[in-house]
Amino acid sequence: MSRDGKKILRGINLEVGDREIHSIIGANGAGKSTLAYTLMGIQGYEHEEGSLTFDNEDISKLSITERAKKGITLAWQEPARFEGLKVRDYLAIGAKSNGGITKEELRDALIKVDLKPDKYLDREVGEALSGGERKRIELASIITMKPKLAILDEPDSGIDVVSLKEIINFIQALKENGSSVLVITHREEIAAASDKASLMCEGAVLRSGDPIEISEFFKNRCIPCDSRVSPPKAV
Amino acid sequence: MSQITLNTLSTEMDEISAAYTAAGGDAAVLHKHELASLVVSGNKVLNANGTEGIVLEKHETEYGVDIKMTIKKGYKIPLPVHLCFGLVPKDGLQEIKMDFIAEEDSAVELIAHCTFPNAVNIIHKMDAQMLIGKNASLRYTETHFHGSHGGIRVIPKAHIKIEEGGSYYTNFSLISGRVGYLEFDYSVDAEKDSICEMVTKVYGKKNDKIKILEKISLNGENARSVIKSRLAITDDAESEFRGITEGHAPRARGHVDCMEVIQGNAKAEAIPIVRVDNPLAKVTHEASIGCVDKKELETLMARGLEEDEAIDIIVKGMLA
Repeated sequence: MSRDGKKILRGINLEVGDREIHSIIGANGAGKSTLAYTLMGIQGYEHEEGSLTFDNEDISKLSITERAKKGITLAWQEPARFEGLKVRDYLAIGAKSNGGITKEELRDALIKVDLKPDKYLDREVGEALSGGERKRIELASIITMKPKLAILDEPDSGIDVVSLKEIINFIQALKENGSSVLVITHREEIAAASDKASLMCEGAVLRSGDPIEISEFFKNRCIPCDSRVSPPKAV
Repeated sequence: MSQITLNTLSTEMDEISAAYTAAGGDAAVLHKHELASLVVSGNKVLNANGTEGIVLEKHETEYGVDIKMTIKKGYKIPLPVHLCFGLVPKDGLQEIKMDFIAEEDSAVELIAHCTFPNAVNIIHKMDAQMLIGKNASLRYTETHFHGSHGGIRVIPKAHIKIEEGGSYYTNFSLISGRVGYLEFDYSVDAEKDSICEMVTKVYGKKNDKIKILEKISLNGENARSVIKSRLAITDDAESEFRGITEGHAPRARGHVDCMEVIQGNAKAEAIPIVRVDNPLAKVTHEASIGCVDKKELETLMARGLEEDEAIDIIVKGMLA
């Protein structure tokens, strides 16, 4: 995948197993979100070379909708807001192709992201929600969709640190419900709760393997590295 | 004083009730004795039911009805007053003149449905003068249904004066079926400590033409207003929005907010105008015209919706 003649993603070799939690870690600008958008088929992030397979099927030419219908979905780092669309209707959208959703399932999805159903079901997914509330509703919408592959772009961003454990529980609940999870994160704790991790740098996957080892490598080798895309600010 | 009149012509009442239902209304409310209501079909008053605190006078004219509605001083009308204006035939002319007065310290909610389900060649004009008295409150919801042919010209014009401490909320909605030609022209004079909120929501299709002019003059100290317009147009429809707010007094606050979504060959123009001649007044505006937001669209597609379904949900949400 390239933009303005520059390769944004290159030589990516990544496999996410069935019911696997796979973390993608890397510095800002390493290409993590670009990878997520490319996998989802977002306009402007079209894959150019190589193969993209899901359940042994080539999905490289499929639209966003077609990929979603195969069971792939994406939770954006900063979710969109929808004027006039109620939370209950938003959460039901993803469940439409799975035969719909019951009132209990709607309530359960909100409870799992620590939101009170009676307070939120009839609110709009609009500007009146705080960033953290909107983010939790986005994660609830992933629960109701029951995807085969959930791509989560920094699910913890905008949510307070004390809730990190809840995010980890949420990711593990997705796995228990049959989903594979590709999670983009800066959080060591989320990576540690994964089955596998991959480290990205300048659009490439540098290495994949045990999440603890990958996190350690990132901390010890990448953060001090002068050639990383976004070097830390001088203190 | 309360003035109660019942004048029901059964066949026409049945037809207009069906049209009222088509416009999204619940026809049962038109027959409830405890609810104030007024039903006008063409130039005939089919039903007029006042309740305590409301004086309703009507006069049938050649092409419509002149109406005077007064909410008496101090009366807070507990249940909404239901109004239905319409024409069932394919062609015709309807002219409604409305003189509305909410006297001091009164409060009322008017719910109007204007329905022209078979319109092929219809003109509907409304000319309203509304006075919201001192500390009085009017909440006015007007929903239109013009059928599927687009053969209608609808020209509502109103002048509203809000006296000290009064409040006026209006919500005009035309989102089902065709618009035809709409020329909406409302102007408001807002006095000290008054509040005015005007919302218009219109969905234009095919060769519909929409012209909206809303003007609020914040004449009194601490008067506050919002003009909010949500338009969606598709196919070859055209829209023109002008939202004018004038701040003439200290601490007057106004905002104009117009959002338009266009698809197909539709053309839209939005002109928010702010005029301020008092240094302590403040009026702001925002306007956007464009296609459906890309991230909203892609989010819904990533949940499995086709692009058209996703656009429909986004537009209906905006117009909800």
